[in-house]
Amino acid sequence: MAVRLGEIHLRRYPLGPGMILVWILGALGMGVAVYRWIVGLGATTNLSDGRPWGLWISFDMMSGIGLAAGAFTLAAIVYIFNLKKFYPIVRPTILTGFISYTLAALTLLVDLSQPQRIWHLIIYWNVHSPLFEIGWCVMLYLTVLALEFSPVVFEALGWKVPLKIIRGITIPLIIAGVTLSTMHQSTLGTMLTIMPDKIHPLFYSRLFPLYFYLTAIAAGLAMTVFESYHSSRTYGYPFEIKMLSKLVKGIPWVLGIYFVIRMAELFIAGEYRYLLEGGAPAVMFIIEMIGGVLIPIFYFSDSHTRNDVHGITWGAFFTMGGLILNRVNAALIFMDGSFYLPSWQELAVTVGLTCLGLIMFDAAVRFLPMFPEPTPKAVKRL
Amino acid sequence: MPISRRDFIKVAGAGLGALALPASPVSANSIEKNTDDTASMLYDSTICVGCRACQVACKRRAGLEHEVDPSGLYEMPHDLDSKTWTIIKLYKDQETDSFVKNQCMHCVHPACVSVCPVGALEKLESGPVIYHSERCIGCRYCMAACPFSVPKTEWEKPLPFIQKCDFCADRQANGEQPKCSEACPTGALIYGTRKAMLDTARTRLVGEGSYVQHIYGEKEAGGTSMLYISDLDFTKLGFPEQSEVSLPDITWPYMQGTLGVIGVMVTLSTAIYLRTHRKGQNSNNGNNENNSDNQPPKGKEA
Repeated sequence: MAVRLGEIHLRRYPLGPGMILVWILGALGMGVAVYRWIVGLGATTNLSDGRPWGLWISFDMMSGIGLAAGAFTLAAIVYIFNLKKFYPIVRPTILTGFISYTLAALTLLVDLSQPQRIWHLIIYWNVHSPLFEIGWCVMLYLTVLALEFSPVVFEALGWKVPLKIIRGITIPLIIAGVTLSTMHQSTLGTMLTIMPDKIHPLFYSRLFPLYFYLTAIAAGLAMTVFESYHSSRTYGYPFEIKMLSKLVKGIPWVLGIYFVIRMAELFIAGEYRYLLEGGAPAVMFIIEMIGGVLIPIFYFSDSHTRNDVHGITWGAFFTMGGLILNRVNAALIFMDGSFYLPSWQELAVTVGLTCLGLIMFDAAVRFLPMFPEPTPKAVKRL
Repeated sequence: MPISRRDFIKVAGAGLGALALPASPVSANSIEKNTDDTASMLYDSTICVGCRACQVACKRRAGLEHEVDPSGLYEMPHDLDSKTWTIIKLYKDQETDSFVKNQCMHCVHPACVSVCPVGALEKLESGPVIYHSERCIGCRYCMAACPFSVPKTEWEKPLPFIQKCDFCADRQANGEQPKCSEACPTGALIYGTRKAMLDTARTRLVGEGSYVQHIYGEKEAGGTSMLYISDLDFTKLGFPEQSEVSLPDITWPYMQGTLGVIGVMVTLSTAIYLRTHRKGQNSNNGNNENNSDNQPPKGKEA
């Protein structure tokens, strides 16, 4: 019996020089990662006993997972809150989430000293460890995301039975995804709460779990804007600005709550004195708060900017940059330790993994029915 | 509301559909808080002459490589590292100088033990914090979380492990004292129960000498097995200013809260779902403006 390939066929989108560069950088990054596995961390990274976590943990891992929060937020908005007008961007957003978590898992494999033992997380338990919970949530959520995305593949293949099964459990899957995401997005913050004397007081907070959760929701939604922008620029899909501008209306609320709590903490805990002291921590704190929180609030509160292609895209960039800056400030720059700048190998792997993500997204767009197409088939979509 | 470890594992396991998986016993905060009879060492920097007998004895017992120069002659390491579990350092300024010994502090509530995702670090009831290399995945969270930055790793190897002082747990189990205190010729480093060491320290502080009136390790990071007294400010000797909180006590309530998060999120999502998908409520939710050509997602009705 021949396997029907159904709608899986190559859509001939133009292949620009940008994508060729992405392929080259992706291949280079993977090559460096393989080299790192052969010779070890010491020979390839600038990590040291005084700086056990570097670029890969603070940027790829912590920021990458934060930016992938759009998948659970949008799934909740569409399937739990029943706001179906946002449906057209569900598929690419879930795909982005799936790719981001795959990249996070790959990053972990590059960063672990004993990557071949990653499965030890399954057999050796320590429920006291935030990283234990994150490990489990990421494994389970990656499975959930794969299942949430699978109808696109089944549909394209015309496989009716698996499609029916997945559709039957859509809602439980979405609820599991929302729950798992809430758990590990906040637990990424919990991870850092155990270092009260190592992280600069302007950046350390016992409320890390709440902060990480809120900023992830905001930046995850911003990421859907970026991804739509990317799809419209690269593949010529219409930029769904009317829909997106409604979606980002929520961001000022989320970031507003975050900002108020963080400012309240700053003054109640008396940490504002570090602002008065000045220096790099104060400057970075102000940049993070203005650039990553207040500017996005202004961009997205104003209906004129929000409905403008440049306005909404810039707002999204600031929101995403705010999350990245927040994670890197807490987990790298203002964490006590030896002087550190990433080595070229670390940068190459980071860039390479990002490019790998773009390649995976590109492949999905080229081969799968990612965006609603005018199709006569009366197939019900996930 | 305290939830026992076992209950937590059970419920979490059920919630995640992972009941069949084995759960290893973990002991971070559940260790008996009375530390009077646990193993301890007291280091008195006013007695230490910097002979480094402890350092050499440690390397020999643990089988750690010596630092050698190209001609094979012995050199001093600069700091604790994967081949140096303990080190004697010299502090010197214009007026004064002092030796100081570094090694794992063997915290009463070790952060490393609580953060290790695979339980590769273990706090023994008798005091030592030991490392099970066969479990380690090399995430280096212990290195990041340790308030004294003690765990080190073998950066030069392709598959590095963590290295740190194990308080000669094997020797202690046989009723022997750790090699370093055994090797100390001056009595600057002595070994005994934590209560005995604290009593000795207090007696010395009120006696002769110009001691700083502080026992470092009595309360730092919730208390450590290694105790220090000195006539110099401890920050000069390289000890971090350390709050007295037990670090695992910061994260544990959040970890316990996970159960609540699961309960709340599942209940809330289900409730909202049922509320927004009641009969008669159409799938467009009164908002028709821009979904003319979009396929409606599968609702409850399909």
